[in-house]
Amino acid sequence: MAFEPREEQKKLKYDELRIYSDDELKNYTEEELKNFKIKHDIPMCDDLEKGPWPSFVADAKREALHRRKLGDDRMLIERDVVEDLLGQLEISFEHGETHWKHGGIVGVFGYGGGVIGRYSDLQDRFPSIAHFHTMRVNQPASKFYDTDYLRSLCDLWEYRGSGMMNMHGSTGDIIFLGTFTDQLEPIFYELGHVLQQDLGGSGSNLRTPSCCIGKARCEWSCIDTQDLCYELTHYYQDELHRPAFPYKFKFKFDGCPNCCVASIARSDMSFIGTWRDNIRIDQEAVQAYIGGEIMPNAGAHAGKDWGKFDIQKEVIGLCPTGCMGMENGKLVIDDKECTRCMHCINTMPRALRPGTDTGVSLLFGAKAPILEGAQMAVLTIPFMKVEHPYDNIKEVAEKVWDWWMEEGKNRERLGELIQRKGIPRFCEVLGIPPMPQMVKEPRSNPYVFWKKEDVPGGFERSIDDYRTRHAR
Amino acid sequence: MALSQERLGLYNPDKPMENRLTDLGPRHFWQYLPPVIQNNYGKWLYHDILEPGILVHVSETGDKVFTVRCGGCRFMTVEHVREICEIADKHCDGYVRFTTRNNIEFMTDSQNKMEALKKDLMSRKHVSGSYKLPIGGTGAGITNIVHTQGYLHCHTPATDASSMVKAVMDELFDEFQGMNLPAQVRVSMACCLNMCGAVHCSDIALLGYHRKPPIVDHEVLDSVCEIPLVISACPTAAISPTKTEDGKKSVKIKEERCMFCGNCYTMCMAVPLMDKEGDCVTIMAGGKVSNRISPPKFSKVVVPGVPNTFPRFPEVCRDVKKIINAYASDANKYERVGDWAERIGWEKFFEKCDLPFTEHLIDDYRLAYDTYRTSTQFKFTEAAWDVSRAAGGIE
Repeated sequence: MAFEPREEQKKLKYDELRIYSDDELKNYTEEELKNFKIKHDIPMCDDLEKGPWPSFVADAKREALHRRKLGDDRMLIERDVVEDLLGQLEISFEHGETHWKHGGIVGVFGYGGGVIGRYSDLQDRFPSIAHFHTMRVNQPASKFYDTDYLRSLCDLWEYRGSGMMNMHGSTGDIIFLGTFTDQLEPIFYELGHVLQQDLGGSGSNLRTPSCCIGKARCEWSCIDTQDLCYELTHYYQDELHRPAFPYKFKFKFDGCPNCCVASIARSDMSFIGTWRDNIRIDQEAVQAYIGGEIMPNAGAHAGKDWGKFDIQKEVIGLCPTGCMGMENGKLVIDDKECTRCMHCINTMPRALRPGTDTGVSLLFGAKAPILEGAQMAVLTIPFMKVEHPYDNIKEVAEKVWDWWMEEGKNRERLGELIQRKGIPRFCEVLGIPPMPQMVKEPRSNPYVFWKKEDVPGGFERSIDDYRTRHAR
Repeated sequence: MALSQERLGLYNPDKPMENRLTDLGPRHFWQYLPPVIQNNYGKWLYHDILEPGILVHVSETGDKVFTVRCGGCRFMTVEHVREICEIADKHCDGYVRFTTRNNIEFMTDSQNKMEALKKDLMSRKHVSGSYKLPIGGTGAGITNIVHTQGYLHCHTPATDASSMVKAVMDELFDEFQGMNLPAQVRVSMACCLNMCGAVHCSDIALLGYHRKPPIVDHEVLDSVCEIPLVISACPTAAISPTKTEDGKKSVKIKEERCMFCGNCYTMCMAVPLMDKEGDCVTIMAGGKVSNRISPPKFSKVVVPGVPNTFPRFPEVCRDVKKIINAYASDANKYERVGDWAERIGWEKFFEKCDLPFTEHLIDDYRLAYDTYRTSTQFKFTEAAWDVSRAAGGIE
């Protein structure tokens, strides 16, 4: 099953695109690297080279050496960016304070985001990171790459930027960490014309959507997270590049309630794949688990001897709704009572699988603590069938945006607006009735804002009429 | 068409709209899926974790894909990415992917190729001795720490991210390569309250926190900031307008209202609040995002503040290890840290983790009531006897 990209994708071939020759790429020896010292004294950074976990300092140093040995005209920004960054990091450790100024407004023409301005506040000491802007580069859905693509990005970035990246930023973009203002447009042009790809988003916009690995490799994915992510990212390019919202807005796509991309915790519109029919049970495999022939939970607990697998204790007894049991040696699930928490499926993946009538649950309003407090996304639409091009999803998203743009205060996240205006109002906006599944429990304060049209006789009353019954 | 090498490349500053291509979006993912993935898209049947860091997924068609998961720093230079490409070319037909938590996954379609790949990865170390691509991060263990920019790039941090992650992952390296915990433990790190990466729902969350109110740069504030914006930025209404002695418009801060969130600084560069001694690391625990068994939960503050001792954060490492060791020895299989704490009671959490319970850990912000224990169901610990004693209730 192949997918249709929106534009024909020209194949990127590194050897046709490259900037650096093989000699330039391998321009230092292991010996030289061992003896290499950057131009600043960085004892605390050096200490971070020790220990088993990959050392970002060791990695930075080899890039520093690589740049040292490249020809003068083989990079368009300062050679010493990496060394100066490490030098400034060391000073930051000494001072216990960062040395980056507030970002300025830099970007590429016509886009309101995608570039984060950054300036050092120690410019005399570390002149090559005087400007050190970041570019967000939209990653391919679920972060699969090939080496032609990655190598081309590397050459572009080492030539026109610092050679330092984040794979990836928290939202999901590839981060190009540090370049000068005059290279922003040239890099943008290279990304677009040569690599046929775009920047990601930043600011009060739709941020770059991201998704879990989904159907590419996960047996539990109920929705095609990649296709949804790709389609919505392309469809909403305008919202992504031209900030027009009260604040940031994030889509994140999880294939199942395990929530590996944490959409329920950090996205304004959280898509969580689910099913509405029955969990598929392979009774033979259930017996194999009981008999100890298959390790439970795909072997995730193999590091410790937890004893013989006990289906009663480990699966049936842990079911949060108690909807499972053994009957006549067979595992039975009362699916109407199942809340699809994924525990039994996670524990016996060869025996249990999600249903086949799949769709997505939509939850809204998650956010980090700033400003009014942390929020998880609230379950709003329990189930929607999703099929390319996802028109029903787009309708919902646009209703949400219309309301939020109209009513939201500056820098008010959707979740905060929902809190301020109430879920009943949110339901009205979406054109959906309320359901008990939206709440953990009904309200315990009885302060209901009854509407006048719902109260017999309305609110108009005359005091004279009242007085005919009640003396002063 | 090769990547350009002229200084301004394809961009002509005199004609900035010429040839401008916009709204292209990301490249399509399908072309980057290895053949075994393309052929089995949506057809996967089950998986097994063969050993820490190594997964096999089996398809309805009988095809298998072997995944080797390696720790990544998130911060990577092109040298590292090129080395990753070298490995991908050698063993994976040029394909590679990255995970949500900054790990790297190499995939092969045969066991033999996977073994060769594994050997290659294990042999690669930096000259300083650290692994370049350690294998692990699966199952009931600890995977990579989601984190932020810290001192490498951020203007608002209260601590540094990359160094803390390095320090803590060095301490937890055995858990990265092991699967002997009751369930997975997700450790996340944010260098300030903006929490770029959502650490508010992690088993263990490390958070940079300021503890001193902003210093007001009265000299420039009015010319670089919109005063109403600064005032409205404050969630506790601690900021109000003022005039300096020489008549400049500025703001003043009511110290007792300030909870050091730094939102004012986000809106205005003239009210910085970072401070070497004030800034600290707050440790939170008990959160989760998955819906498995129990619903998602927030992380709770369990250590209000330990110092920023660069570069290795010994106090952070010590307290994280205390929590993990107590959890590992006491929790039931499948219980996450938060589930365990709720089952045994938070008083027992603090006792077993040997962490002090101070007044800072009791909510006094909005919705504090929701966290109060309004029942007689409690267990006796030393902390309880201390209260009885202080109240004159026992000797």
